[in-house]
Amino acid sequence: MRRITLRHCIALCCCLFGLFSLTTHAAESASLDPLLAELGEAKIKDMEPILVRIEAVSDESILPLLRTLLNGNLYYNEAEKKVIGQFESNGETYYKDVFTDEINAGIDKRDVDKIRVNNKLRGYLRNAIARIQLTSKSPSVRENAVRELLSKLDDSTVATLESLYPFEINKKVKDAMGLALAMNTASQASLAPSNRIAAIEKLSTSLESDVRNLLMQLTRDDNAAVVDAANVALGKIEERVNRFAFVDQLFFGLSLGSVLLLASIGLAITFGVMGVINMAHGEMIMLGAYTTYVVQLIMPNYIDYSIWVAIPAAFLVSGLMGVLIERLVICRLHGRPLETLLATFGISLILQQLVRTIFSPLNRQVSTPSWMSGSWEINPVLSLTLNRLYILAFALLVFIVLVFVLKKTSLGLNVRAVSQNRNMAKAMGVKTNWVDAMTFGLGSGIAGIAGVALSQLTNVGPNLGQSYIIDSFMVVVFGGVGNLLGTLVAAFTLGIATKFLEPTTGAVLAAILVLVFIILFIQKRPKGLFPQKGRAAE
Amino acid sequence: MTRLTAWFSEGRSTGKHTLPFVVILLSVTILASAANLLLPADSIFYVSTYTITLLGKYLCYAMLALAVDIIWGYCGILSLGHGAFFALGGYAMGMYLMRQIGDRGVYGNPLLPDFMVFLDWKELPWFWLGMDQFWFAMLMAVLVPGLLAFVFGWLAFRSRVTGVYLSIMTQALTYALLLAFFRNEMGFGGNNGLTDFKEILGFSLQADSTRVALFLITAILLAVIFVVSQKILSSRLGKVVLAIRDSESRSRFIGYRTDRYKVWLFVYSAVIAGIAGALYVPQVGIINPGEFSPINSIEMVIWVAVGGRGTLIGAVIGALLVNYAKTRFTAIMPDAWLFALGAMFVLVTLYLPKGLMGLYGQLKAKRNTVTNKESQA
Repeated sequence: MRRITLRHCIALCCCLFGLFSLTTHAAESASLDPLLAELGEAKIKDMEPILVRIEAVSDESILPLLRTLLNGNLYYNEAEKKVIGQFESNGETYYKDVFTDEINAGIDKRDVDKIRVNNKLRGYLRNAIARIQLTSKSPSVRENAVRELLSKLDDSTVATLESLYPFEINKKVKDAMGLALAMNTASQASLAPSNRIAAIEKLSTSLESDVRNLLMQLTRDDNAAVVDAANVALGKIEERVNRFAFVDQLFFGLSLGSVLLLASIGLAITFGVMGVINMAHGEMIMLGAYTTYVVQLIMPNYIDYSIWVAIPAAFLVSGLMGVLIERLVICRLHGRPLETLLATFGISLILQQLVRTIFSPLNRQVSTPSWMSGSWEINPVLSLTLNRLYILAFALLVFIVLVFVLKKTSLGLNVRAVSQNRNMAKAMGVKTNWVDAMTFGLGSGIAGIAGVALSQLTNVGPNLGQSYIIDSFMVVVFGGVGNLLGTLVAAFTLGIATKFLEPTTGAVLAAILVLVFIILFIQKRPKGLFPQKGRAAE
Repeated sequence: MTRLTAWFSEGRSTGKHTLPFVVILLSVTILASAANLLLPADSIFYVSTYTITLLGKYLCYAMLALAVDIIWGYCGILSLGHGAFFALGGYAMGMYLMRQIGDRGVYGNPLLPDFMVFLDWKELPWFWLGMDQFWFAMLMAVLVPGLLAFVFGWLAFRSRVTGVYLSIMTQALTYALLLAFFRNEMGFGGNNGLTDFKEILGFSLQADSTRVALFLITAILLAVIFVVSQKILSSRLGKVVLAIRDSESRSRFIGYRTDRYKVWLFVYSAVIAGIAGALYVPQVGIINPGEFSPINSIEMVIWVAVGGRGTLIGAVIGALLVNYAKTRFTAIMPDAWLFALGAMFVLVTLYLPKGLMGLYGQLKAKRNTVTNKESQA
């Protein structure tokens, strides 16, 4: 699904290009068309000079053509002496004008011949595309073009870069160009070593993998001074790369922590505040995830906004289910925690089977809104995926809202009163039955919201909840029952610990080690990290 | 004979089922076995080998239910991880059976089981050594679950981890083992577990006579464990265990080291679970990490809850009934089984807190109140 969204974006870009080219294409077509016809008829070894001439007479508007050719989708219609692009949609083959994107329905497969390209031509085409982009009006296009060129600098591109460098006004683009030129200088064995060493020093500030590859080559250089400089530069780069790798790992740890926090925070309320073991908590998460799926089914054309509908919907669905469970089962088992555990486990089985019956036992696909897909590239070695970033922020937001509800609203006051001393609260006129139902509904509703978030990260299936229930219990028990802050600390501690263990031990062993650690920890401190103090403690 | 009867029936309320239970269990077992071995296949009284194996499986489950009941019903420790002890016992037996295959495996390696050859291992891991000896494997089937239970119980009960915390800890324990046994590197066959067994002590596992023998042994061991558990629980030690269940802190203040009682009872229960696992594996012919999954352990609890916890006979009846229902249900409408199981959890905890064994008492109490009301009216 994500791939399709990406494809949509590309299609959109192509359309924009098409519009743009409509305006300019008319003026040039006079000189371009014969060249294109020549291209279509040329043999593969004669194509490069023709492409040089095409590049000389055209501007950015030629890019769609070059890209189509690069992908091997450019065809030549001999009868009309025109080139045409081929594309496939739903298994059908269509032909379209590469500049205007107009579909040409009158053309059959037999009318056209593929314009073939080989690896040498592909390399040339990539460079040509980058060179054309270098003169683009948008700085980001120019910057990407320069970065694209880093791995394949040749004389012509270096010449282009050198001519453009003094006139570049955007700092980022200029830095990138400077980097490319420095790479060129450093790699030229004919230049004076002092110049090359200066260039290498300049390279040591970059994190591009191409730069690292070049420096690796330079450590085998004939000139000893250059080798030393390259080694020093590599050391510097390595150090920074390691630092960013650490940040990356930390981010994944935080991301796992945020998932654990979302999954366990509802449990922290029902288990911590009410003292009720809800084994069906995982199924509340699952219901939330399925609600997201259903919402997307209802509004397939508004996936980007569906999440804003799904969050309250999931809260309501899971919350109402929670209230129902509390009223029908849990309130009759007051003060019998082990029986509550068994009964709610039964409910979890029923809910799982219900979902299996309604939606099939197979996993369901939930699409990611386009604004959540992709990643935030901070530098070449560190990029943070957006959906994880949003979920981290969302988890913290949910946590803050929940703390606010418990500390500042009258519902929160009642909940705390009942959890501290049920009988006294009752004597003061608190409707404990109502508070119980609301608390359970709140906890379950939050689990539903967690389901919305989780549907963006993992598969949505009937077993979704089961895979989180044990982890969630661990988080709550580790943090200390009845303590939301403890849950927060525990979730992030466990998340980060797991992710830092993983590279050395592997994912499964890391999970086992964390479980064993918690089992041992609970033996030592049965009340968790932040035990309840005072009269509220048993 | 009368002395034997008296010995069986010793202990007041709970012991009264012992003699009838042992008699019924053994006579049914012997009749079924005889019907399988002696009667021709077309006789209406013929019992198929499939049924014998199924019954044997049920009896293993009954033994497991006894183990759960002993700690939950009598000591109030709800373990959601008894599947782990069962599976460990099963793995010990599985390892023995695996070594018995010898060079008849697919790869024909006389020393290494197939999956190790497949993983390109050159020699047997240290924990597989000695497993080709039956007595050693059986020792391990008892010792390993016992040791795990001892370490876990010693740590947990000494730091007074009780109630739901303990339940969740035991669940985490079996979950951790589940993850561990799924790994190929552990050397227990990973995902596929151990299977393709050929023979036990030289007898082919496919033969009817071996199956009947295994069934008989299971029944006899179940009877022995039943009687021994009954003796233990109706002894002075059993009374202390009940006291701990009803009020742990009071028992502690009176001067009993409650943690020691709990640890030893937990170990005893784990050992029974291990034996049940060891008997289970040759009858079903496979052991894989799925046995560690938390849902299995919770199912065991519901057997006991349905039958009636706190009575050994209830655990056995519950295990037999629920598993029979499961066999029937999954054959007729597989989708409905989980609904039924879930509903059973909810309804039993809500309406049958003492299980089927308590049903009679519940009905009697109800009739009494009704008659009381009538007499008052």
